[in-house]
Amino acid sequence: MAFISSGVACSHVPALGVAADTGISGDDYYGPIFDGFEFSRQWMEKEKPDLVFLVYNDHCTAFDARVIPTFALGCAAHYEPADEGWGPRPVPIVKGHQALSAHIAQSLILDSFDITIMNEMEVDHGLTVPLTMLFGQPDAWPCPVIPLAVNVVQYPAPLGSRCYALGKAVRKAIESFDEDLKVCVFGTGGMSHQLQHQRAGLVNADWDDRFMNLLVNEPEKGCQIEHIEYLREAGSEGIELVMWYVMRGALNEKVEEIRRFYHVPASNTAVGHLILENR
Amino acid sequence: MADKKLYDDIPGTVVFDSDQAAKGYHLNQFCITLRLQHNRDAFKADPEGYIDQFPMTAEQREAALNQQWNRLLELGGNIYYTSKLAAFHGINFQELAGLMTGMGSEDYRAMMVAGGRSIEGNRYKSEWQENNKALQENNKELQDKDK
Repeated sequence: MAFISSGVACSHVPALGVAADTGISGDDYYGPIFDGFEFSRQWMEKEKPDLVFLVYNDHCTAFDARVIPTFALGCAAHYEPADEGWGPRPVPIVKGHQALSAHIAQSLILDSFDITIMNEMEVDHGLTVPLTMLFGQPDAWPCPVIPLAVNVVQYPAPLGSRCYALGKAVRKAIESFDEDLKVCVFGTGGMSHQLQHQRAGLVNADWDDRFMNLLVNEPEKGCQIEHIEYLREAGSEGIELVMWYVMRGALNEKVEEIRRFYHVPASNTAVGHLILENR
Repeated sequence: MADKKLYDDIPGTVVFDSDQAAKGYHLNQFCITLRLQHNRDAFKADPEGYIDQFPMTAEQREAALNQQWNRLLELGGNIYYTSKLAAFHGINFQELAGLMTGMGSEDYRAMMVAGGRSIEGNRYKSEWQENNKALQENNKELQDKDK
């Protein structure tokens, strides 16, 4: 049977993708961030998941303003890296796992999560940057990926508590799939950041620290954080942190924190990263 | 919607909610086309002709053609869309933030390297108003001294 062994939380700042793609990931600005993920790349090589279930948000790339699904599950055989205005990232095509996607879609809907099914979808930096940070720059990604895109662009994003419950439903779906697969769940985005208007550049390191503590140790409490708190304390784009709760919901109540990394800045953003293992 | 919104009192922030999304629909749909090279080429060749395919308001059209980045957000634009227009002009996210904050690229980058914009004094519009008042009083004092 398929099972979930670990969870990864990871910011998906586009500039990190650019830094890796243009060979400046070792410079004074980006070096400390990529060094901070070195432990994680080594951990990932040992962990060797058979599949990554990756929760991210699309940045008006696959979805423009015409269609805004709150939760959209990738059910395609593969996902092409998208052109976001600077040309597509030179990274491998993301291979999917259609049988498991179909199973998860069905299981979620019968479990009262009425998700949108995506049979074709381009993927942007929200998905490919975390892969780069954890897998480096291989010729092909080492395992298939099932993407779950969450709307965090148009307010309101789904509640943290709903994301947490969805994570639990994803776990139930994965664990009822009749193939031996070791699955790692990624929750991406964050941490505190604001990209827009006069308050751009907001970083709230104390809040980020508290957010990570609650996520790891008291998720039932942390998932109750209200939208207004995210907007005010973590910035208008910091609200994408609700996606970390899908990942957290898919793990055990008690987890072991294997790694925590936090750095300011990458471009406009505080970078946060966790590795959690099921106890 | 006459309802007061909880987030209306956050300073320097336009929350892209359903009202803003409705207002900015055609503006955002214009911006997003610039994700693709053939559209970037067409916009470059004839900016006004290209933008006129999108039934946005005269204000939105002007703000888009004149690169008024904060104005675009106030008129219903969303940063992930307007950033495509910025990318067309060779402006990345950090440079765009330098423009929107009025700080310029160098000062903005330096602020980020020093840990970013502090949350202290930046939670409520009232805090900004107090700051502005203090600044104005300070300026007035300086002017009075000059006299």
